Amino acid sequence: MTTLTGLSMPLSTWRDLAYLIAIIGFIVALKGLSSPKRARQGNLVGAAAAALAVGFTFTNPVVYAHDTNLILALVAMVLGAAVAVPAARLVKMTAMPQMVAIFNGVGGGAAAVISVVEMLHWHSQGTQPAVYQIAEVLLGVLIGTVSFSGSAIAFAKLQELMATRPITYPAQQVINALVGVAIVVFVILALVTGSIAYLWPVLALSFVLGVIFVLPIGGADVPVLISLLNSFTGLAVAASGFTLDNNLLIVAGTLVGASGILLTRLMSKAMGRSLPNILFSAFGAVVTAAGGAEGTTDRAVRSSTPDDVGTLLAYARKVVIVPGYGLAVAQAQHVVKELTDSLMAKGVDVFYAIHPVAGRMPGHMNVLLAEANVPYDELKEMDEANPEMSTADVALVVGANDTVNPAADDTPGSPIYGMPIIHANEAAHIVFLKRSMRPGFAGIDNELLFDDKTVLLFGDAKDTLQKLVTAVAEA
Amino acid sequence: MTGIVEYLTIFVLAAFVGVEVVSKVPSILHTPLMSGSNAIHGIVLVGALLIMGEAHGPAQLVLGFLAVFLATLNVVGGFVVTDRMLEMFKGKPADRAKATKSAAADGAPGRNGAAK
Repeated sequence: MTTLTGLSMPLSTWRDLAYLIAIIGFIVALKGLSSPKRARQGNLVGAAAAALAVGFTFTNPVVYAHDTNLILALVAMVLGAAVAVPAARLVKMTAMPQMVAIFNGVGGGAAAVISVVEMLHWHSQGTQPAVYQIAEVLLGVLIGTVSFSGSAIAFAKLQELMATRPITYPAQQVINALVGVAIVVFVILALVTGSIAYLWPVLALSFVLGVIFVLPIGGADVPVLISLLNSFTGLAVAASGFTLDNNLLIVAGTLVGASGILLTRLMSKAMGRSLPNILFSAFGAVVTAAGGAEGTTDRAVRSSTPDDVGTLLAYARKVVIVPGYGLAVAQAQHVVKELTDSLMAKGVDVFYAIHPVAGRMPGHMNVLLAEANVPYDELKEMDEANPEMSTADVALVVGANDTVNPAADDTPGSPIYGMPIIHANEAAHIVFLKRSMRPGFAGIDNELLFDDKTVLLFGDAKDTLQKLVTAVAEA
Repeated sequence: MTGIVEYLTIFVLAAFVGVEVVSKVPSILHTPLMSGSNAIHGIVLVGALLIMGEAHGPAQLVLGFLAVFLATLNVVGGFVVTDRMLEMFKGKPADRAKATKSAAADGAPGRNGAAK
């Protein structure tokens, strides 16, 4: 090795080269994740790149200079992996969005802590950082902390530890603006005076900002929010890259920050909404919607029996299945495929109408039905499905609610007004499989449940579908 | 001070690459892409390790430990969760119809190649 001059580079150069390879790996990974064929490979490439970069980081004398620090670092990594792997492996499909929120939040937290420690480090060394260095640290703290506390609230909402609907209170916008202004003031003070003391109010206020930013966002908008927070964490990581003079962190963080913002826009576009609309529309709008939700809860609905619905399905020409979160909760994807197969065997034309944000994350239904090996060509996206709804004999709504709620079309002031929906209401008959009369994720009632064309089958979606399979076979 | 301009240059270029590279993602992959890019920013672990190495005194050590722990959660958990999500997308959409009948058609699901 020493004979070749090209190979006798210092170790630090090898490390930088390894980081460069990791950067290429991350770009390839993102590219792969954007294509159905290569998504899984893409993710593995990303994981390999991360492993390479972390491995080479241990060749840095900074990391192993002090035994205690090195041992503590290794213990922290082992502990982290010991928590993360089982958590990620055992989490139910339904809980994956929460899981992403958590992993995103801790990443933001890590970036914020890095910035804080770097500031403390300068302080303890007695070095006075340059203004741009303080700015980098404050940016890392601000964005990372907002991402951390915001993700925590998003997690609590998705896990239903707190109300999923938007939370509003008087003078919300004024309070948010005041917190924002206060952060700006403390950032300026820190930059002008160079004092470490202003770091703490920035940290505390950023935490508050993350919370109050997320509180008024609810319902189907939460996944879009997580995407935005994911992008924030990327930027926080890039900021810590600036602080630590590390190209890898700058590039990886920026890649995620930039692609995350584009992805967030694509997601909100899939819902037919603009991003500002999603982030700020709850202010004020909810008051009217909450009023509307109360009066309707004890109205009569028509419930039916699996036998009747089975007959209806078996003698239909065209059946459209509209899946939603309830399908995921009941883990009923295999049974719904069984039902589809038996209907098809009887010559019924069946397809699935997939709303882009059905479930708790975009693509949730596709993932779920793919698991049950439902052929791709039976899944129709909303735009493709809607023109066919009026020719359908039966729309079988399995655990969906908000995504078929006509209020999105005809009730201005409803939190979901303007969201594109699957027009289940245009089918000749509508059958809802529901656990209860509880409203959907958006926390609003659905007029379609009370429609003359609608019947309800109460109970766990899996049980009910199983009964329907039997009923169809006997019909 | 020259460093900061170089870093800004890299930042701007990376931002353009980031937008370009995901511009054609179909909506079914929105969530896996979000999850995968979430794992990528877990590379903040490298920063956490550097900060931990130079930590002095109990406060910095505790915070450094916390940073390494949180970053490891992010990077390891992120890649494993994404892999589990993508495990559901077996093979190409076109031959999934065939795969339904002959389940063994396009490769075993395989184990998670978990990131370290």
